[in-house]
Amino acid sequence: MEFQLLIEQLLNGLQFGTMLFLMSAGLTLVFGVMGLINLAHGSFYMIGAFGAALFAEITGSFFIGLISSFIVAMFAGVITEILVIRKLYKKDHLDQVLATFALILIFSEGIRWLFGAYPLYLNIPSQLNDSISLPLEIIYSKYRLLIIAIGVLIAFFLYILTSKTLLGIRIKAGQNDREMISVLGVNIKTLYTIVFALGAALAGLSGALIGAIQSVEVGMGEPVLILAFVVIIIGGIGSIKGAFVGALLVGVTDTLGRFLLPELFKLFFDNADANLIGSSIASMSIYILMAIVLIFRPSGLFGERSA
Amino acid sequence: MMSEKKLNLIILIFLFLVPLFSILLNNIYITTLFSKIVILSIAGIGLNLILGYGGMVSFGHAAFFGLGGYVTGILAFHFNNYEPIRILFFEFEGTNQLLFIWVFTLILSSILALFIGYFSLRTTGVYFIMITLAFAQMLYYFSISWPTYGGEDGLSLSLRNQIPFLNTMDPITFFYICYVWLIVTIIFVKFILNSPLGISLKASKENVDRVRSVGINPKKVKLISFIISGAITGLAGSLYADLNRFVSPTILSWQMSGEIMILVILGGMFRLYGPILGAFSYIILEQFLGGITENWQFWLGFIILLEVLYAKAGIMSFLIKDKYNEKTSS
Repeated sequence: MEFQLLIEQLLNGLQFGTMLFLMSAGLTLVFGVMGLINLAHGSFYMIGAFGAALFAEITGSFFIGLISSFIVAMFAGVITEILVIRKLYKKDHLDQVLATFALILIFSEGIRWLFGAYPLYLNIPSQLNDSISLPLEIIYSKYRLLIIAIGVLIAFFLYILTSKTLLGIRIKAGQNDREMISVLGVNIKTLYTIVFALGAALAGLSGALIGAIQSVEVGMGEPVLILAFVVIIIGGIGSIKGAFVGALLVGVTDTLGRFLLPELFKLFFDNADANLIGSSIASMSIYILMAIVLIFRPSGLFGERSA
Repeated sequence: MMSEKKLNLIILIFLFLVPLFSILLNNIYITTLFSKIVILSIAGIGLNLILGYGGMVSFGHAAFFGLGGYVTGILAFHFNNYEPIRILFFEFEGTNQLLFIWVFTLILSSILALFIGYFSLRTTGVYFIMITLAFAQMLYYFSISWPTYGGEDGLSLSLRNQIPFLNTMDPITFFYICYVWLIVTIIFVKFILNSPLGISLKASKENVDRVRSVGINPKKVKLISFIISGAITGLAGSLYADLNRFVSPTILSWQMSGEIMILVILGGMFRLYGPILGAFSYIILEQFLGGITENWQFWLGFIILLEVLYAKAGIMSFLIKDKYNEKTSS
C-alpha cells in the first residue's frame, strides 16, 4: 500500500512538473532570446484558462476548449508583444519587471471586468474523469496521465523545433548575437513576435489543462508564474532542456516533499509536531532547492553564462 | 522647476503639516493614510539604497518588511497572553514596549539580511532578482503553514505597542512617530551615502573591477549595504504592523516586494527623497482611483506602464531639472 501511494505521489509530481514545463518553456525562451523578464507570463496562463472555459461552455466540447486556450493565449501574446513588450527589449531588467507587473494588473482587472469576480468551472469530459489501472496494481487518474503525455509530447516537439528546424536555428542564433542575425536578413521583429506568442500559447494551454482540475479564476497565474521562474532559474535561463529537467525536479520535490517530510519527521518528533514541521518545511522545499542550486551553480544547472 | 534641495524641504514641511490639514478638514483618516505613506517611504528609502545607488535589484524586500511586522506582532502576542517565547532552550517574555521592539526588529532583520545577502550576492543580474525572491517566498510559505501565529489568517494586535509618556493609539501621535523615523532614516542614509561605504557602493555599481583595483572588496561593500537596507525596511515593517494592528502573510508576499519596488521607481531612483514622492503618488492614486472605479487596478497598471515606457526618470524629475534627468538609463 505504501509503495502504491508513493508511486501515485511520484506521478502527481510528474504531472505537476510537466505542467510547469509548459509554463516555463515560453518563459525561458523569451528570457533567453530576447533577454526579457516577463512577469505577465502568468496572465497568459489565466487568459488561456478563461478562453477554454468560455469556448467549452459555448461549444460544449472540452477539446475545442483546450484548442481555443492555445489560440486565445497566442493572440493575446501577439497583441501584447506588438503593443508593449517590443518597447521593452532594450530597457533594463528593472523596467521590464515594472512594466510587466503593470501588465499583470491590467490583465487581471480586465478579466475581472469581463467575467466577474467568481471562479468559472471547466469540466473534464466524462471519458477522462475516471481512473485507469496501471501495472503493479496502481490506479491513477486518466486525466492526469493525459497531462503528463501532453507535456512530454510538447517537450519533444520543442526539442525538435529548437534543434532541427530553421526557426530553431534562428532562435539560437538570436540568443547568441541578435545584431548578426538581423544583418543576415532574418526579420528579427517577426521572430521575436513568434517566440513570444508561442510561449504565451503554451502557458495558455497549461492554464486550461490545470484549470480543469482546479478552478478558473483571476490571479490563478501568479503562483504558477513564480514557480516557473524557480524552474528556469534552476534549469538555467534560455535552455529548453534545463526547463524540462528543472520542471520535473521542482514538481517531484514539491509533491514528494509534502508527502515524505512529515513521515520523516515522525522518526524524531511526535505525530502532531512532525506534521507541523514537515509540512512547513515542505512548503518551502522548492525555494530551498533553488537556493542550493544557485549557491553551487550561480547560473543554473544547464545555464551557459550568467545573465 | 526648482532645485532638488528646495523640493525636498517642501516635501518634509508638507508632511509635517499633514495632521494640521487633517484637523482643519476634520478628517482624521488623512493622518492615518499619510502614516502609511511615511512608512512605505521608509521601506522605499531602505530598498533604494541598494536598488538606486547600488544597482542591486532585490525582488525580496518583503522578507524584511514582513519580518519586522511579524517580530512586532509576535512580541506583542506573547505579551498579551503571558506566555513566554520558547526557542530551543531559551525562554523570554513578550513585550509591548516599542523601544525594545524596534531594537529587536533592527537586530533580527540585520541578521536575516546578512544571511540572505551572503548567499544572494554570489549571483548577479537576473539570478540575483530571483534568488532574493526565492528567500522571500520561503518566509511567505513558512508564515502560511505555521499555525501558531495565525497562519494564513494573520495575527491581530488588540492595542498598538507603547512608548512611555506617549499615547500611540492617537493617530496624530503615531503619525509623528513615523515622521521622526523618516527623518532619522533620511539623515542616516544620507550619512551612509557620503561615507566611504556609500561612495564605494556607488562606485561598485559603475565599475566593479576598478573598485577592486583600489583595494576595496566590492562584495563586502554590497553586503554591508544590503544589511543596512534590510534593517531599514524591517523597521518600516514593524511600524506598519503597529499602524494596522495586524500582520498577515500578505506583507511577506512577492506583491509586497513589487509594491515597494514600484514606489521607488515611480518616485525616481538616484534621489534620496524619490521613494517619498513615489509612496505618496502610489497611495493617493490607489485611493483616488479606488474612489471612482471598482477596477482601479486596471488604471493603476496603465499609468505605471506609461510611466515606464515614456518617463523613466520618475516623478521627481518632472518637478526638478538637473543633470540626473539626462541620465535616463541605469
